[in-house]
Order: sequence, then structure tokens, then C-alpha cells
Amino acid sequence: MSDLNKLGLAEARDLLRKGETTSVELTESCLKAIDAANALNAFVHKTPEIALERAKAADARIKEGDAPAMCGLPIGIKDLFCTKGVDSQAASNILKGFKPEYESTVSQKLQDAGSVMLGKLNMDEFAMGSSNETSAYGNAISPWRRGADETAITPGGSSGGSASAVAADLCLAATGTDTGGSIRQPAAFTGTVGIKPTYGRCSRWGIVAFASSLDQAGPMTKSVRDAAIMLEAMCGHDAKDSTSADLAVPNFEAMLTGDIKGKKIGIPREYRMDGMPSEIAKLWDDGTEMLKAAGAEIVDISLPHTKYALPAYYVIAPAEASSNLARYDGVRFGHRASLDAGDGITEMYEKTRAEGFGSEVQRRVMVGTYVLSAGFYDAYYNRARKVRTLIKKDFEDVFAAGVDAILTPATPSAAFGLGEMNDADPVKMYLNDVFTVTVNLAGLPGISVPTGLDAQGLPLGLQLIGKPWDEGDLLNTAYALEQSAGFVAKPAQWW
Amino acid sequence: MSIDQSTAAKVAKLARIKVEEDALPALAEEFNTILGFIEQLNEVDVEGVEPMTSVTPQRLARRVDEVTDGNQQDKVLANAPDAREGFFAVPKVVE
Repeated sequence: MSDLNKLGLAEARDLLRKGETTSVELTESCLKAIDAANALNAFVHKTPEIALERAKAADARIKEGDAPAMCGLPIGIKDLFCTKGVDSQAASNILKGFKPEYESTVSQKLQDAGSVMLGKLNMDEFAMGSSNETSAYGNAISPWRRGADETAITPGGSSGGSASAVAADLCLAATGTDTGGSIRQPAAFTGTVGIKPTYGRCSRWGIVAFASSLDQAGPMTKSVRDAAIMLEAMCGHDAKDSTSADLAVPNFEAMLTGDIKGKKIGIPREYRMDGMPSEIAKLWDDGTEMLKAAGAEIVDISLPHTKYALPAYYVIAPAEASSNLARYDGVRFGHRASLDAGDGITEMYEKTRAEGFGSEVQRRVMVGTYVLSAGFYDAYYNRARKVRTLIKKDFEDVFAAGVDAILTPATPSAAFGLGEMNDADPVKMYLNDVFTVTVNLAGLPGISVPTGLDAQGLPLGLQLIGKPWDEGDLLNTAYALEQSAGFVAKPAQWW
Repeated sequence: MSIDQSTAAKVAKLARIKVEEDALPALAEEFNTILGFIEQLNEVDVEGVEPMTSVTPQRLARRVDEVTDGNQQDKVLANAPDAREGFFAVPKVVE
């Protein structure tokens, strides 16, 4: 069978169970696609030996009738996840050469579920970015183009390599992480599905920390069904993460009925920003009509503090990052600067961090340092945490009024060309996260579903936001939207 | 609040990131752009609002205070840029 790499998780799983293909065949097909796609710079550490070894083991398990949920399915892992004995450097030069002695809980769970790791995926450095342009590995490139225009397009960020790899069929699915939109924005930019679960659903243990109160892992897939399958494998309580929720993980796939009759879908008026491109407004209106036609009740809602989500985020996330990234000191792991005669430990720290961190990471660490420094802690950090309380309350009020899910655009525009934002100030880039960041601040689950193309042929996505711990219901609503939208476009292969 | 070059230098020092003298003006300007954006938070009435400590209502889990692992000195040191005789090695810290 040819083009096995183009399958999704569910289709491949079903073929494996029927004995119509093998994990080795699937894996070889993906490895071949990966080797032919160096131009995308999505896979930055390839692990073909590990992949084939796990594929053989998976085939043996399938034969014995002992196949767990993702047995034999080849996937990519974002470079932010620590993977035992395999380079894990969070796309930063400061972690160059770092090979963890341990495996992150999420990647271990995926391994336990039988999946096959193909390699590590490009991303923005320490997950700080919205275009994959801050990576120490260089840009990941989207397989999508603006028609015949050969301008390299961003796959989004920070999970840009994951998005590019899934959209280009280099793997069946990939892991991502999302602190302010880093799963949902790249998914929207590449015509793929990405879900960030409720804060606490996936263990953060072994995932390189950016902003611990916001970070969550999630799957990036080719369909909502695949997202349900993979999310279930990634979730679950972990004693090694003190914020991991001790809750049972439902069978998400079994909840995909497509029936959303009587569900109340909120349309938040504050998300209709001034200057919203007409294509995005239309996409949103069309999505609203689709849910209505599927039997949902559409209600206008207000989330009054929306405007303050990005500024609050750009206090809280850098503050937590400045603390988390203090560990990169040139002593225990990663890069250490070469020192001049007479340099002491302070010079070692300062030179190591100046050489090892890229400019966006340095900027955020310093902004975080500033907002936490004596005299400014109350004015910035505490105020931002109070605003965060209000943002969360906005959502609580809406859900208490009976709303089941909220529909918004996933991004304010389609993907932009790599380099096109170079001259913009940092705040302009931050605006990419305007529709997604509220969800992280409120700890809610959010999913991006591809629903259309822009005039230039680039994908656009809508976001659905759900109630805490209600990923099953959220996935079902997303499934209904996916069915109505019938998005089937794929990028034409140029790489 | 506007950040001048000496404040930018102080922040860089606190963050333990070496910033060359000639890079300070641009850095101060970037800080000001970002802080200008953050200033919007002053428009919000936060009187009587509790600062968020945990996004999901939860009590941090507790466990018995006992040794659960150890004896992995080699693993701990495996990624160190400079490890000698079972220790992390650093430049001299005391005269």
C-alpha cells in the first residue's frame, strides 16, 4: 500500500487491526517522507532506529492481540518534551547536546500506548514565539503556499514543526504544547486540528517549562477523531506534577456522536475586533451558521475583560519564564560559555546566558525580571494576576448561564510569510495570540478546527472553547463543526 | 513608567544576561514598547479582586517526606559541561 504516511491515526489503527498493513510499513513510509522533506525543517532530530525498533515491537503486540490504543502509530514529538537519550533542546542553543536521562510523562504515556516516535520537531525557542522564527534550528516552513507564489510561509508557533509535519504528512500526528496559543494557532495556520486540554489534564513533568501556570501539552492531528484518540493517551494523573488533576480520563472517541442538538454556543462580542479582516469575520459567521444548522442554539455573550488578556499574559508569562529559565546557568546541563582569565561565576552566568539564549528569550526573561523586581511587583505582577482572576470569572459567568461552548476565530489572519514580521515591534507579533491567550489564562480547554481557505489558498481555522474538564463534549462539538465544514484541502507538494 | 539605559542595564544584570553597552538603547526602547502595552492593565478596576494563585481550584498534593530515589550521581552529572570527581565544576567562587 502506498502513501501510508497520509493516513490519520484512526484509519491507520483500523488497518493495523485488520492486518492490512504493519507498523513497520507505516513507519518506513513516514521516514521516507521525512527524508524527502528536509526543506520544511520540521524534524530536527530524526530517530529512525528507535522508530523501527518500536514499530517491530508494536507489530508483535498486534499479532498477539495485545494492542493498546495507539499501537504501531508513528508520531512526531515536539522538541520541548524530554525524551530519554534523545536530543531535547527546546530549540535553544543553551540546551545544545542535552540528552535527558529520563522521559517526559506525556511521551512515556504515548510510548506505553504503543505509538512510535519518529523524531523531534522544530519549534520556537523555549516555545516563545508565534512563527517558529525564534528557533535555534532555523525556521520551520509550512507546506502551504499562497497559490503559485513561492514565498515561504510560517507554520505558526510555537509548535511550528509539529504543525508543518502533520500538514505535510510526515507523521500521522504530533505532540504540541500551548502556553498562549502554541497548539491552536499553528493548527489553524496549517489546516490541522489542535487541542489544548484543561490545565492539569496532561502532566507537565519532563516538558521544558516556559510559564508553568499556563503550559499544557496536547495533540496536533489530521482530524478531530484523531485528536480524541491521542488526547486520551496523553492525559491522566501524575504524582510527579503537583498540578496534575486526579480525575478519570473519559473515552473521548466514544463521545464523538456529532449530535449537538440543543447545545448552547456562545459568540463573544468582544472578539469582533476593530479591523478584523472580512475573511475572518465571514469564516466565523459561516461556522456559527453551521453549528446552528446542526441544531445548536446560538447566543450572544460578553467576555468583558478580553482586551486585557494579552497585556496580562505578557506580564505573567515572562515573569514565570524568568524564574523557570534561571536554571540555565551553565553548570548542570547544556551550554557553558568559554571564559576569559579572571572571569568568576557571575561572568560565567552572564556570558553563558547571553550566548545561549536567543533575542526573544532574552527579552522575555528580562521583562519578567523587571515586573518581578522590587518596587514593581505589585504594580505589574500582582495587578496582572488580579486581571487574570477577572478574565477567568468572565468565562465562569458565561458557563453558569448555560453556555456549553464558545466559538471564536482561532487567529486574526491567515499565516504570514516568514520574515514579513521582522520589522514589526514585538507587540505586533504578540497579537497573533489575541483569540487564544484568554483560554490559557482561564485554564480552559480549546480546540482549533480547520474550516476554510483564504483568497490566497491558505487555511483558516475556528476555535471552540469548552468548560473545564469537558474535553469530551468540546471534541464532539468540534466533530460536528468538522463534519459541516468538510475541510479537505491539502497543500500541493513542492518540497 | 519609562525605562532608561541604566534601568535596562540593571535589569540585564539581575537577569544575569550580558548585554553590551551599545545594545542598551535598543533594549530600553523594546522594554518601553512592551511596558507601554502592559500599561493598559491600569484601566481595569481590580479593587477587592484576589490575585490568582491557581487556575483550577485545588489543594497542592502532599506526600510523605521520605527518600524515594537516589544513587544516580552518574545520571545527574551526565549532561554537565564540566564535571569532575563526582561534582559539578565551576569557576572559583571564593578568594
